[in-house]
Amino acid sequence: MAMIDKHTSRTRVAPATVALFVTCVGDLVSPGPPRAAVEVLEAMGVRVEVPRAQTCCGQPALNSGYPQEARILARRWLRTFAPYDAVVSVSGSCTATVHHAYPRLLEGTERQQAQDLAAKSWEFTQFVAEFGHDLLLRLDATVTYHDSCHMLRTLNERESPRTLLGRIEGLRLVEMSDSEVCCGFGGTFATKMPDVSVTMADHKLVNAQETASHYLVSADPACLMHLQARADATRAGVQTRHIAELVREALVVEEVGA
Amino acid sequence: MTSTDGPVPDAATTTVPDSASGESRNRRSAALSGRERIVPTRPDWAAAAIPAHRKPLPILTRDAIGQAGTTATHTRLSGKNRAQNDSGWPPEIAALRERGSQIRRETLEDLEGYLHSLTEKAEANGVVVHRAATPEDAARVVSRIAAEGDVKLVVKAKSMATEEMHLNAHLEGQGIEVVETDLGEYIVQLADERPSHIVGPALHKSQVEVGALFNELAGQQIPQEAEDLAAFARERLRTDFRRADMGITGVNFAAADTGTLTLVTNEGNADMVTSQPRIHVAVMTLEKVIPRFRDLAVLVPLLCHAATAQKLTVYLTMLNGPRRKDEADGPEQLHLVILDNGRSSIVGGPYEEVLACIRCGNCQIACPVYRTVGGHAYGSVYGGPIGAVLTPLLENTRDGADLPFLSSLCGACYDACPVKIPLPDMLVDLRADYESRAARPRRLLWRLWARLWDSPVGFRLTVIALRVLGPLLPRALVRLLPGPGKGWATGRALPAMGNAGRFRSWFAGRRAL
Repeated sequence: MAMIDKHTSRTRVAPATVALFVTCVGDLVSPGPPRAAVEVLEAMGVRVEVPRAQTCCGQPALNSGYPQEARILARRWLRTFAPYDAVVSVSGSCTATVHHAYPRLLEGTERQQAQDLAAKSWEFTQFVAEFGHDLLLRLDATVTYHDSCHMLRTLNERESPRTLLGRIEGLRLVEMSDSEVCCGFGGTFATKMPDVSVTMADHKLVNAQETASHYLVSADPACLMHLQARADATRAGVQTRHIAELVREALVVEEVGA
Repeated sequence: MTSTDGPVPDAATTTVPDSASGESRNRRSAALSGRERIVPTRPDWAAAAIPAHRKPLPILTRDAIGQAGTTATHTRLSGKNRAQNDSGWPPEIAALRERGSQIRRETLEDLEGYLHSLTEKAEANGVVVHRAATPEDAARVVSRIAAEGDVKLVVKAKSMATEEMHLNAHLEGQGIEVVETDLGEYIVQLADERPSHIVGPALHKSQVEVGALFNELAGQQIPQEAEDLAAFARERLRTDFRRADMGITGVNFAAADTGTLTLVTNEGNADMVTSQPRIHVAVMTLEKVIPRFRDLAVLVPLLCHAATAQKLTVYLTMLNGPRRKDEADGPEQLHLVILDNGRSSIVGGPYEEVLACIRCGNCQIACPVYRTVGGHAYGSVYGGPIGAVLTPLLENTRDGADLPFLSSLCGACYDACPVKIPLPDMLVDLRADYESRAARPRRLLWRLWARLWDSPVGFRLTVIALRVLGPLLPRALVRLLPGPGKGWATGRALPAMGNAGRFRSWFAGRRAL
């Protein structure tokens, strides 16, 4: 598993236009994170496009044992996003699929294309941490942060979300125990091994509760969908929040002059 | 034996004539005496003898989660994981990790060559080397050595290779008593369980459980402090070290250039097992060979750090052969059994790197699924990420082909691996192998899914279907329907499916303004 050196072959100049990779979870169940991402990116002065031809990165098929089907969606993804200078997604996991799985799935020129496009693909907090220094952010809240697995271990990204949270005036980040431990979602794992999956969610929810935070924040809508669904079923009283939504909530819009 | 046995049993009365010398000496186990008092409480899937047909994984893991003590085990293992893995690899070990990864891959490039050299050197040192293709072959080799040596009592140090062979059951079938002398192994043997972890076989047991087990064995209340329990076991085992005819150990590393067998242990039991009995049988799986003796300088500290966060284990045993003429101790015979069990066919294939494993068990500790369900719930000799990869590839455990699905693919195992085996990628690839043999309807559904989502219109149709139909489905109904919805609704609320398509409508709407 090649780790991504996130500081190489990346542009240091803010792209004028980015393509938003909505992700299938964003399209199907969680419209909040992509919407918030659009608003935050526009507040940074970046023009956001949402390519209509995008669907899913293919990870559900790949991780279920269907690489041929995943390859079909990988090719679609590359065709769809190739024309853009930068692609921003609200999911660390989907971005990690582009970075790590596509070069494994594809060969020859397609692999090269995947690697080139991976260098231009950003997870939301990476992009905003890099180019969003001028955002004015203020929110009186206490939050705890869950490191989603593929963002942490495949994208090797631990800092960007914390950098971003650190820029929000009035926000307190209370690190929970085992913040880097999997929440138990794991794609189709959640439905194939439901008892293991929800027990892992319970561990995460207990750790989050112990921080007495207003929000359990993460950078992957799928983890949050799973955690919220478990919290709702068990009345765990935990409120999840995608980091893009939190940053959107913290935007001091009038001072940005949007 | 009667049920009125005291804490140190009627060992002196069960003397067996020693046919070799004609002397009368005791050749029954002291450590196992009183064992008949213990009533196993473990579920069948945790037993030493793995049931031939295990339950489907989701059901087995549900059983495991429901066991009393599973939460306590999770808490204990999580603490161990934090201590061992949270701060990452220290710089000096990170350097060893790089070098160790290279050495292990270098080994695999010419595995047969190194095994040939190992065999030559070991034989020159007076070791009898046996190659065994299957676990049954290997067990038969050990049985024959035991029969020829008139062995009645065997003391064993830790060995996962012998677990693959189910060697204890094999020898016991021959009327031989086998005593596990590693404390953790002794505990699981008494409980009629198999090891739940490669390095810590009894990691799943609390001190209270071990205390209760030892009380049953002793037939009376014994002191319950950890030191007391260890002392109790040590006293019993010490008697057996003196009595045993044969010692069986594993091998951590076998150096091809000198024939040296290295054992990395913490309790000193391996030194007793390899020095006291007349016969020593060392069992290794074939990838335990390393090119050079000096590679130990890299691999031993790497193993110690990854396994137990030690700089060096308490004992490091290096064996170069049986007792020589001028030596005071050591076995008369030293046999080395090299087990294949399908490993040769892994070499050169897409999963070759799994043979780089040095059996530290750190991927198991690092795995949140393993910590949640425990090692026995994998229903195999090896649990955790390494088990989920290795089990489907070994000759005699191919029925564990679905184990790669018992992972959330979080990737913690890769970070924890001292020799950088890409376990998460292998789990993904093994899932593909499994699904290529899946029933046609399932494969057809995925093909259909790809067709549908390879088209924006098809994707849009899914979105609309979910928005319209999703909110109509009560959770109770979803739980009854076949498919992924049922698994989701097990213990989880349904997501707000009426939200499907909202983002794109919102975005299109504001562009139109």
